[in-house]
Amino acid sequence: MLKLASFMTRPAAKYLLIVLALVFPLIARNEYQVYVMASAFIWAIAVYGLNIITGYCGQLNLAHGGFFALGAYTLGLLTGDYGWSFWPAFVGALLMTAFIGFLVGVVSLRLKEHYFAIFTLCVGFIMYMLTDKWEELTHGPIGVRDIAAPHGFGIVDFTETTPFYYLVLAFLIFAIWFMGKLSRSLLGRTFMAIRNGDDLAQSLGINLMRNKTLAFVLSTTYAGMAGALYAGMVRFIGPEDGNILHTFDMITYLLAGGIGTLSGPLVGTVGIVWLTQSLQFLEEYRMILFGPLLVVLVIFFPRGIVGSFLGWLHRKTLDAGLPAAKQKESRIATGKGVENNA
Amino acid sequence: MLKIENLTKMFGGLAAVNDVSVEFEANRINAIIGPNGAGKSTFFNLVAGTHKPTSGRIILDGEDITPLRCDYIAQRGVGRTFQTTNLFEQASVLDNLIVGHRLRTKSGLWDVLINSKRLQWEEKACRDKAREVLDFVGLNHVENRLIADITQEERKRVAFALALATDPKIVLLDEPAAGVNPEETEGLADLMRKMVDHGLTVCLIEHKMDMIMGLADKIMVLDHGEKIAEGTPTEIRENPVVIEAYLGSDEDAAA
Ligand SMILES: Nc1ncnc2c1ncn2[C@@H]1O[C@H](COP(=O)(O)OP(=O)(O)O)[C@@H](O)[C@H]1O
Ligand SMILES: [Mg+2]
Repeated sequence: MLKLASFMTRPAAKYLLIVLALVFPLIARNEYQVYVMASAFIWAIAVYGLNIITGYCGQLNLAHGGFFALGAYTLGLLTGDYGWSFWPAFVGALLMTAFIGFLVGVVSLRLKEHYFAIFTLCVGFIMYMLTDKWEELTHGPIGVRDIAAPHGFGIVDFTETTPFYYLVLAFLIFAIWFMGKLSRSLLGRTFMAIRNGDDLAQSLGINLMRNKTLAFVLSTTYAGMAGALYAGMVRFIGPEDGNILHTFDMITYLLAGGIGTLSGPLVGTVGIVWLTQSLQFLEEYRMILFGPLLVVLVIFFPRGIVGSFLGWLHRKTLDAGLPAAKQKESRIATGKGVENNA
Repeated sequence: MLKIENLTKMFGGLAAVNDVSVEFEANRINAIIGPNGAGKSTFFNLVAGTHKPTSGRIILDGEDITPLRCDYIAQRGVGRTFQTTNLFEQASVLDNLIVGHRLRTKSGLWDVLINSKRLQWEEKACRDKAREVLDFVGLNHVENRLIADITQEERKRVAFALALATDPKIVLLDEPAAGVNPEETEGLADLMRKMVDHGLTVCLIEHKMDMIMGLADKIMVLDHGEKIAEGTPTEIRENPVVIEAYLGSDEDAAA
C-alpha cells in the first residue's frame, strides 16, 4: 500500500500520466470524450493559475473567471473582427491578461483578505457586464463568432477535436512544468511565506506588494492562456463564458484536488469534470449527489485529495523510517521532486 | 546600537507607547517587561516597522530607520519573532526555514524560467542557511518533521531559527518562553545567551521574572505605554516605582 502510494510521487508516475494522456484519444470511446477531456485540460490550466495566487500566495481571487473570459474575448475579437491569425492573437491574449492583471493587481492587492476577495468579485462582475453591455466592442449577448483556430500543418487540422486535444495537452504540460519549477523555487517559497501571513513574511524582508503582484499577474496570464485556448476550441463565445459561476467552479476543482499542491488542480478538475459528465443522466438531480459528496470531501479531506494524500504519506514514511523517506528527502534536496507539498 | 528617541504610538485616543526613549547596547540581552497591555508588543512593532510611530525616531547603528518599510528594516538586520507565530503546519521544519534567507537573495521570475545558475546557487545558500540555523537552535533531529507534529518548545526554537536565517544584527523576541515549562525555559535562556556569544544583540519581552532576572543585562519597564524604569536586574528589583506599579500590584505577571 505504502509502496504504491510512494510510487505516485515518483517521476515514473508523471511519465505514466503523460503516456496515458497521449494515448487517451485512441482508447476513448468517441470523439465527444476527447472533447470533454480537452475542455477539462483547459479548465485545469486556468485552475493552475488560480492555484498560484490563491493556493500558493493565499489571496482569494474571485475575478479569475473574468480573466479567463478576457483571454477568450481578446483572442476571439482579434481573430474574428480584426482578422489576426491565431498565434499572434494568442500572444495578444496573454499580454492583455497580464497587463490588465497588473493594473487590477496593483489596486486590489492593497486590500487584505476578504476585502481583496470582495473587490475582485466586483472586478469579475464588471468584466462580465462589459462583455454583455459594451456591444460595439464585444457584440453583447450575441457573442463572438468566426474565431480562428490555429493553422494546421500537413494532415494536422486544428479544427478537428483530436489535434486540438494534443495542442491543449502540450500547453497543460507546459503549465504544470512551470508551476512545478515555480513551487520549488525561492520565488514559490516567497509566495507561500506570504500565504502564511503578511506580517511574518514582511518581517523576513519580503516585499509584499511586489511578490503579490507578480503572483497575480502570473495567475491572470494562466487564466488568459486557458481562455484563449477555449476560444480557439469552441470558436464561439458569449458573455456567459465570463459568468462568475465559472470562478466558483474553479475554486471547487482546486479545493477538491488540493489547494497549494502541484497535482491538485489536475486531479480536481479532471476528476470533477468526469464526475459531472457521468452523473449527467441524472440531469438536475445530479446536484443531490454531487453536493453532499463535496461536503464530505471538504469535511474529511480539508486539504483536498492530493494534499491529504501527501500529508498521510509524509507521516507514514517518517514513522516507518522506510528508505522512501530518505529518497524523498534527497529528492527534495536536489529539488527534483515531482510533488511539493510546501 | 538601537537608539529610541521619544517614541509615541497612538491608537485612536490611546497612547499604546508614550514618549519612550531608551538605548540598547550591542551584544547584550535587553529585556522589556510590564503588565499586559503595557505596550510591549507595540514597541516591537514600531522598531520592526510593522507599525509607523505617531512621533519619535528609531536609530539603528546611526541610521534613522523610522520611515522605512518593514521589509527594508529586516534587510537592515532587524530579525523578530511574534507573540504567536504562524508557521506552515503542513510543511517540514526545514521547508519552513528556507525562505528565511530569501531577503539575501535576488532571483526572480526569469531565473525560475531559465533555471539560472544564480537561482541554483541561491537556493543552495538558503538551504544551507536553514540547516545552519536549525543546528544553532539544536533542532537537527526534527528537520523533516511537519510543524504540526513538533512540540511547543520546538516551535519556539523554529521561530528563533527563522528570525536567525535573515542574518540579523539584532533580534526582537516577543514572549519567547510563553507556554513552555521551567526546564525548557532555561533551555531557551541558554539559547539567547548563545546568540549573544555569537555577536547578536537580543531584545526580549518576557513575563517570567525569574528568567529575566537571571538573563538580562538591562531591563526596561513599561506601564501604560510609558517607560517607568530602566536598569540592571538588581536596580529594577529594588526600584520602588516598579515594585508599586508592577511587581507588587500585579501578582499574575510577576509569577
Ligand atoms: N493594532 C492595534 N490597534 C489598536 N489598538 C492596539 C493595536 N495593537 C495594540 N493595541 C492596544 O495597545 C495597547 C498595548 O498593546 P500591546 O502592545 O499588545 O501590549 P503588551 O504586548 O504589552 O501586552 C493595548 O491596549 C492594545 O489594546
Ligand atoms: Mg504582547
